[in-house]
Amino acid sequence: MRTAEIGHLLRLEWQLDRRQKHAWGSMALYVVSTVYVCYQGVRHLSDVPVWNALFWIVVLFAAFNALARSFQREDAGRQLYLHTLASPRSVILARTLYNALTMVALSLLSLGAYALFIGDRPLEQAQLGTFVATVLLGGIGFAMVLTLIAALAARAGNGIGLMAILGLPIVLPMLLSVMKASKLALDGLPLSVTGQYLGWLVAIDAIAVALAWLLFPYLWRD
Amino acid sequence: MKGGWWKIGTVLLLLYVVIVGLRTPLAPALVHASVDRIAPGPVSFDIKGYNTHFTEGSVTAWLENDGQQVCSAPVEVLADDRARVTVTVPQGFRKPLTSVWVFTAKDGPIALHDAFFTEGLGDGITGTPCRPGGKYLRSGLAFPDRAILNETIRNLFFHVPMWFAMMALMTIAVWQSVRVLRSGSLEADRSALSAVHTSLLFAALGLTTGSLWARVTWGGWWTSDPKLNGSAVTVLIYAAYLVLRGSIPDAHKRARLAAVYNVFAYALMLVFLMVLPRLTDSLHPGNGGNPAFSTYDLDSSLRAVFYPAVLGWIGLACWAYTLTDRTERLNALAHEAHDR
Repeated sequence: MRTAEIGHLLRLEWQLDRRQKHAWGSMALYVVSTVYVCYQGVRHLSDVPVWNALFWIVVLFAAFNALARSFQREDAGRQLYLHTLASPRSVILARTLYNALTMVALSLLSLGAYALFIGDRPLEQAQLGTFVATVLLGGIGFAMVLTLIAALAARAGNGIGLMAILGLPIVLPMLLSVMKASKLALDGLPLSVTGQYLGWLVAIDAIAVALAWLLFPYLWRD
Repeated sequence: MKGGWWKIGTVLLLLYVVIVGLRTPLAPALVHASVDRIAPGPVSFDIKGYNTHFTEGSVTAWLENDGQQVCSAPVEVLADDRARVTVTVPQGFRKPLTSVWVFTAKDGPIALHDAFFTEGLGDGITGTPCRPGGKYLRSGLAFPDRAILNETIRNLFFHVPMWFAMMALMTIAVWQSVRVLRSGSLEADRSALSAVHTSLLFAALGLTTGSLWARVTWGGWWTSDPKLNGSAVTVLIYAAYLVLRGSIPDAHKRARLAAVYNVFAYALMLVFLMVLPRLTDSLHPGNGGNPAFSTYDLDSSLRAVFYPAVLGWIGLACWAYTLTDRTERLNALAHEAHDR
């Protein structure tokens, strides 16, 4: 594994994103508008299960929207150029890592907007630290599972529609464990109870990244 | 017929499963008592049996509460499956639920567990054993008769092995996808597609048999249950696989991308099927605190049909897969000839 190469690729991603500031803007706007639409539908929610479920639906679709970008923005020429420079495994690891960082920012933004509009009543009796950790782990987990799917959808020459079809059934196990963990954290249960679900989450992440590492070279070459 | 022995074996196994699985009677059992609450004093009630033989030989009945027995007066037999039991209920049973037992010369001891809500509880009675000694003649294979399941217990030989067959085909599909990734062979890609098509057929069969079974036993066509969610996700994944294939015109690219998705999805699906049952309770036997079928298959009569059924259905699935694969190959050849 080439750490230096991954570092360069990460920096490249960062620079590309800095050059296209509207990309960040569009992701943030997507989250805020989704939350605002939810707010128009439900106003304030204090029912913990519904609050929890709606929150994760918002994060899930924000993830789909944000991650679909990661392989779509390059044209064939730039892809070929990257192909000659870097090994595919470095590319997928760098992208996954970068997407994970993106999702950290995005899920925190979602949480902020959601608590502001939909209400933070459920957070009052929650184990706040565990809950925020779950949110971060969930966002990172979506990135780990969906990065390869984004690559697949982009290679198939099809946009976010195909990504949703391919990704939803695969991300469901992760979504269920993360919803369960965050529900427990919201109910104020200690880390010793929630930890089991977070452990599964990390295990699923590890498996997904290992599979992506194994499989991506077959997607990369044409 | 070179190499066709396993097809003959499959046919024989499934014939055995259908004949023995559908013709074997349920073991004799008591299904109903006309009274559901007893209090100290004389009580008389009718019991209803299923596959019982009350008219053949003498019939003895007794109540049992926490291991203590109270014998009944002579039983009045009304029919092979109906009898009237008269018994004097003592004061002082320990537990709130009392069972009724019947012993017949042909069926042996059979019970209706926890049949009566019991009044007049105390510290126990001075009971006497009521079960007659001597042998009884229960002949041949019989499946356990469980409340709620009753005759539908036979669906075990169809519903469950169909899922096993589906998983076997999906494993074949993944293996073919790995071959695609290693060699880029379009033939392996076609085999993977054939396996997925056939496995979806078995998923449909498993869903149909399961849905009917759920309607009869649980009261709904679809329940919120981890196994059902697991099967729904599995079907969605493979439907997505077909959509992915449909969206790529180039054959080599299609083969590669579909293989990548298949391997990725299969591995995560296996994780899902392992994790999911621990997230929520299930109505399925062997999950969520429910006893598995094996716990009441005391004489292994279910196993004697279930294991052959698993082999038979997997054999049938493999056979269907090879036929689909060959048809697809012929279609591809015909296509080529037409193009030329």
